[in-house]
Formats: sequence, structure tokens, C-alpha cells
Amino acid sequence: MMDTSAARLRPSRAGVHASASTIGAAVPFLTLLLVGVAFPLFGGGYWGVIATRACVYWVLVSGLNLVVGFAGQIAIGWVALLTLGAYTTSVLTAGNVTPAFPPYLALAIAAVVGAVFGLIIGLPALRLRTFYFAITTLGFATIVTQVALAWQSVTGGGVGVPGPIFPAPFASQWGFYYFCFGLAAICTWMTANVAASRFGRALTAIRDAEVAAEASGISKSALLSTVFLFSGAVAAIAGGLFAALQSYITPDAFTLDLSILFFISILIGGRGSVLGPLLGTILLTALPEFAAPLVAWSTFLYAVLLLVIVLAIPGGIAEILDFKNRRPLESDRAIIPRPDLLARLLGAPANAGALMLEHVALSFGGVHAIEDLDLEIRPGQVHGLIGPNGSGKTTTLNVISGFYAQQRGAVSLNGTALAVFNRPQRAHMRIARTFQTPRIVGSASVLQNVMIGGTIDGKGAFVESLLLLPRHRRDEAMLRDTAMLALAAVGLERLAAVRADRLQHSELRFTEIARALMLRPAFLLLDEPAAGLSAEEIGRLGALLLTIARAGTGVLLVEHHADLVFDICHHVTVLNLGKVLAAGTPAEIRSHREVVHAYLGG
Amino acid sequence: MVESIVLSGVAIGCIYALIGITYNVMFSASRVFSFTAGTLGMLGGVLGSLFIARMEMPVAVGFLLALAGGGVLGIVTEIVAVRPVLRSLDQHLYVLSTLALALMVQQFTAIEWSTEPQPFPRLFDIARGGFDQQFWLPMLACAVVIAGLDLLYRYTLTGRAFLAIAEDTYAARALGLPERGLRLASFALAGVIGALAGFAGGEMLLAFFANAPMLTFYGFVPVALGGMGNNRGALAAGLLLGLFQQAANFLVGGIFASVAVFTVFIIVLLACPEGLAGAALQRRV
Repeated sequence: MMDTSAARLRPSRAGVHASASTIGAAVPFLTLLLVGVAFPLFGGGYWGVIATRACVYWVLVSGLNLVVGFAGQIAIGWVALLTLGAYTTSVLTAGNVTPAFPPYLALAIAAVVGAVFGLIIGLPALRLRTFYFAITTLGFATIVTQVALAWQSVTGGGVGVPGPIFPAPFASQWGFYYFCFGLAAICTWMTANVAASRFGRALTAIRDAEVAAEASGISKSALLSTVFLFSGAVAAIAGGLFAALQSYITPDAFTLDLSILFFISILIGGRGSVLGPLLGTILLTALPEFAAPLVAWSTFLYAVLLLVIVLAIPGGIAEILDFKNRRPLESDRAIIPRPDLLARLLGAPANAGALMLEHVALSFGGVHAIEDLDLEIRPGQVHGLIGPNGSGKTTTLNVISGFYAQQRGAVSLNGTALAVFNRPQRAHMRIARTFQTPRIVGSASVLQNVMIGGTIDGKGAFVESLLLLPRHRRDEAMLRDTAMLALAAVGLERLAAVRADRLQHSELRFTEIARALMLRPAFLLLDEPAAGLSAEEIGRLGALLLTIARAGTGVLLVEHHADLVFDICHHVTVLNLGKVLAAGTPAEIRSHREVVHAYLGG
Repeated sequence: MVESIVLSGVAIGCIYALIGITYNVMFSASRVFSFTAGTLGMLGGVLGSLFIARMEMPVAVGFLLALAGGGVLGIVTEIVAVRPVLRSLDQHLYVLSTLALALMVQQFTAIEWSTEPQPFPRLFDIARGGFDQQFWLPMLACAVVIAGLDLLYRYTLTGRAFLAIAEDTYAARALGLPERGLRLASFALAGVIGALAGFAGGEMLLAFFANAPMLTFYGFVPVALGGMGNNRGALAAGLLLGLFQQAANFLVGGIFASVAVFTVFIIVLLACPEGLAGAALQRRV
């Protein structure tokens, strides 16, 4: 870890490093696989049912984990999809409404129905806030059971319907166990693939740093829709298996307690982990079996566990098992950027034309945040934007990156107007930004955080990542190599594997710059990048930004450190109360009477 | 038929509105929506039935004890599930902690009380009539709470302090208001209101543990549609919800009535996520 030579940065080395840690991470899964395959050797008849049930639950929880654990959407009513899958499979197989379907075909149809309803239940998440969404899923869970009870001609009402029977070799108890275990194993593999892909990282970004995700070009609606489809499909498959395991289903079987079990398994396991929730599911399924009196109290115990987890260990089992990140970090570590690597990272400059703001105005209520602002940011130049607090600097940045809509005026890049509120469009036009308070996924590694910045450069689709197809592998290798290069360029490659929430403030600022560089930006917008940095670090930051500009990128620097601004900027605009007070070269600004009066002092 | 639809619709609407106010009182003090709102309503019914029917206490004593029980749960909610996670409000951990507490109370009730709905005693020994006590009790409770809160907020110093906290916690703290104590008091008050809702609606809803998630959902609808923190909005939306639900109940049957309510709720919410009353933009970046 001591040498910082270029050799360390070569793709091959980074690749070897990654695959070694992949094998390490696979050990617990392989152990579980062996135990699962060998289970019939030492498990008795009743334990076989418990093990099958754990597999069925995990098929559902694995998909729900992407929604709750990764995307952070509080979906507490997922039992609705289990119910739906169970009834669809059973009714189609029983043939009391349609001609009888073979069970496998019925299961496949249930998966499609589940996917559609997963999307319907999930979609409100795109518009509603956390608690509202939680309540709507709760409502769904109640409604589905009530419909099952009322729609007697199809569901048999309170009397119920028989579950499907899967033909040999899956008809026997152990045969059915292996069928469920196989599906559970496939689900584990698929969700672990997604978790380690750009989609998994994008989901955690939506969860922990939504604005950064949007600025990186991640489309929340498209990604969440995909995940809801997948999660709904596997939940309905789990429902079909559940019906077969129960052999007869009535609406009573689908209590809200079950939903709570699924949900709490994930939180006990830990958000953003696949192994944790897997262990959580096994634990919660088996727990009541160890002591018969506990069965009645099981939901009560789950609730107690949930409270303890939330208050004491929000990271869950996954955090307890994360030994790697408990090793102390070096205490005196310096950030030494390597601007020479930037040319390789940013490539040949594409002439993007200028980023123009013309007569832009925006007021909040009666406060004119910016008024009639003109700004031209040219490629290859550092443009400083300074002014007292409240003069409209960050507001300007937010208008350019689409978080605010201007009320008058236009923002355009090379003559093309930027659509208001379309944040991902900015990333596709290669406009990258950083934030005044770093927006970072704390539980992900520094490398993963930087890789988020390159999400839109991946070529593979969600399904390709699910199944580990070649394009997914190429994307991952490309993103990892580029991210390592970006980290080396800003001087943080030694911290690549460290959890981001263990970093110092200044390191987070450089991490954000590395993430922004992943876009190979034509324009880079920086919101007070020097705040909280030491004098030495500010000097290095200045050199880094100058080199970025020299590579052809236009840099907009919002900053309070006057020295840094006058040192590196080609052009400076001074704002006061939302209006341009002065604009010109650093030398002109420094001698501008009003500026000196209003802002610089003296 | 129209008469009974209107009577039961308004009565049940008042119960929903009261649970909505319970949400609001907790929200104003802490910016937290708590899953225990419906649980409080459930508890009001169960405690009332426990004290008056099973333990044969006088109605007045049972009533006060049931309200006290709600107040205690309100305080417990604040201490156990809200205070520890207030610091990281943006992580929404309160959704989980209050859910956990609500589930604990609900399960405890199911096991120790009954998993079946139990009858709630008749509070006044009057013959059943058209405008029966099961209808006017919730209406009376709702009127008393709304008038009481109005008086409290408008004419007392404590009430003004509540408003100050709701408006701007930091500024209120800077003024030297005992923010913690006021929050605790708000939760106790919310607990009493929630229990009152369940107690007054006891005869309609019965003493049943599963009323908790039902009230948590239907009580939130007035909050979502009426605008959060807006008690008059909650009342209007609650009455509308109750009438709509009862009308659908009579016309198309209970199950599809809930489906209809749910569908309308989702559609309205998707159309205006801030509620029909609207709310301000918040700064994200």
C-alpha cells in the first residue's frame, strides 16, 4: 500500500485485486450453498418444511431487498405480491375459472402478473415521500387480502383453493425442497450480480445521495421501475411456491405479519447487502421454531428486533460482519493529486462550444435570488463566480444543473437550450458538478462512489447485469479502471477500498471531483470545493483545476477563497444581491472599486 | 337509507379526522409521522372495553383511564421511537422505529386481550334510536377536540409555544422555549386525542387489535389529502372519506368500498402529492 507508482494503476493489477476480494466475498455464499444442498442428510421431516419455507421467503426477500435495502424505498406491504402470486398460480392450476394450466406455466404467468403489479405498487414511490409510500404499500396489502376474501367465484373466498402440485421429480418433500432451493440460489446469484453492478450502485446513490445520482445522469424513474418489475416477478414466484408448500391457501395465510417478516429480515441483515438479508431471512424463519412458546410472540419479537436494530445498529448484520472496515486508517495521509494523469482520463477535448446564461432571473417569493444574469463559460477556461453569501452563486449553479427552473431567460450549451428540471440531461451533455456539502454514499467504498459518476457510460442493460453477461463484465472493468484512474488523478487511490463515511472532509471533496471527472465533463461546476481544505490542499486543488481546464474542460468555480479564485481563474464574475456587480479578468476585478468595497474589504 | 349512510359516514369520518389530528399534533412537534397514530385509536377502544365492560368500572373512571393510557403510549412513542432518531431526520429512521413500536403494542394486545373483536359497552343507558350515541359520540369528540385545540393554540401561552415549535424548531429553541418538554407534551396530547377517537368510536369499531393498521391507514388519508399539519383540512377530508366509504359500502359492498377508497386515495395523492391544500417547496441542494 506504500507505493503510489503508476504500476499500481494498471488495469490488470486493479482487476486482480478486485477478483481476489470477489472470491473472499463468495465464501459465505458457497458455504450456505453446500449446507443447503446437504441439508436433507441431517434435517428431519419438519425441518425440511422450515428449510423450504426459508427458501421460498428468500426468493421474495431477494427481490424486495433491491427495493428496500438498495433503493431505500420503505415498502412494508410486499405480502400483497405474495398473495397475488399464490392465487394466480393456484387458480390457473386448479382450472376452476380457465382450463387447467400446467403448474410451471402457471408459475411463469404469475411472475408476469407479479411484475406488472410490482410496478403498480411501486410507482407511487416516484412521486410520494417516504411515509406516504409506506402507507400506500400497507394499504395495498390490506386490499389484496380483502379482494381475495370477497371474490369467491375465483379465489374460493374464505374456503380457499388448493395450491399447485409440481410434478416429479419435484413432487416429493425433498424434491420440492430442491426446487425451491434452486430458485433461491438463482435469486441470490442474480441479485448479487445486480448489487455489484452499476445498477446496484445507482440504487444506493438514489437512496443516500439522490441529487448526486441525478447529477450523474441516473434516471430514478427508469431504474426504480425496472427494479419494481423484477421484485414483483420474484415475489409472485415465491407466492406460487408458497401455495404449493401450504398445499391449500386461504386469505388468512397472508397476514401483515408475513410482510413485516420480509421487511425486517432486510433491515436486520443490513441495507445495501445481499448476504445480510439472506442471513436475516434464515434467522427469522427459524427463530420461532427453537422455542414453541415463542410462536405466538414471533411478530412481537420481530418488532423488538427492528427497534433495537434501528436504534443501536442501523447497519444490521452486514455491518457487524464488515471486519475489513474496522482496521484503522493511517492518520496522517496527504492528498497528492496527479494532474499528469488527467490527459489520459479526460481524453481529447471535444469542442463543446460555450455554456451560456442569458438574462436569467429567478426569485423565491419576494426575494430576487438572481436577476437578469448573463454568464458565458468557455471550454478550456476557469470561470470564477464570487460574491457574498446570498448573492445567488449556488442558485446559479442549481439553475444550470436543472435543480431550479429559471423564471426568465435561457440556459444553453452550444446553442441548444437546456430543459428545465431535466437533471439527467445535464450529465448526458457532459455537464458535471460537485456540491457544497459532499453528497456521498457513506456505506459504499470510495471506488464505488466514484464509479457512480460513470453510470451513464455503461452499455449493458439491467438483464445483462442480472445474468452476468459479457457486456456487463466489460462495463464493470471499464468503470473500475476509469475510476481508479480518476482517484489517482485526485490523489485518493490508496483509499479506494475504504468505506466513504470514514473519510475526512477534504477527502470527500476530492472524491466528489473524481466522481464528476468520470463523466469526462465538457463543463465542470464546482460549489465551494476549497471550503474546509488546508492551505496546502487548496494549492493542490488549484493546480488540479488548471490542468482540468487545460485539457479542454470549462470550469465554473463558485468559491469564497479569493486567493484561489484570483490565482487560477481566467475570468471572474462578481455577484451581489443576485446581480452582476462586475465581470472581467482577475486583475480588473481586484482593482474594481465597488467590488473591493462590497466584498473584498479595504 | 340515505339517513343511515350520512349518520354512519359522518361518525366514522370524525374518527378518521381525529386520528388525522393525532398524526398532525405529533408531526407539528417533531416533523415525524408516527405509525402509532392508529394504534392509539385501537388502544382507546380496547382499554375502554377492558375497564368498563370487563373490570366493571364506572364509565367516567374507565374513560379517564383509557385516555391516560393513550397519553402514556404517546409519551413512550416520543421517548423510545422519536427522540433517538430525530437527529437524523433525513434518513427516515422514524418510519421504522415507530412502525416497530406500533407492531409491539398491536401484537401485545392481540395476545393478551383477544384476537377476536370484543364488544364495546354502551356508555349511556338510553334506548337505541336513529341518532344513536354510537353516531353522536364521535361527532361530539371531534367537535370538542377541534374547538379545544383552537382555544389552546389561540389563547394560551403553552399553545403559542406549540405553534412556535411547529413553525421553526431552531428559532423556538433559540428563544429559550423548552423544546423537549413541549414535544413530550405534544405527544402526550396526541396520545389522548388518539385514545379518545378509539373510545368514542368504540361501539362502531369494537375493541379489536386489527383496528390499529386500519386506523393507521384511514387516519392518514385525511392528513395526506387535507395537507399535513392542517386540522381543518383533516376534518373536511375525514368527513369526505367517511361519507364516500359508507356510501360505497351500501351501494357496492364493503370489500369493493375499500378498494374504491384506496384507488381514489392513490389517484388524488399522485395528482397532488402535497395534498389538496398544497404546501411549499423545499430546498434540496
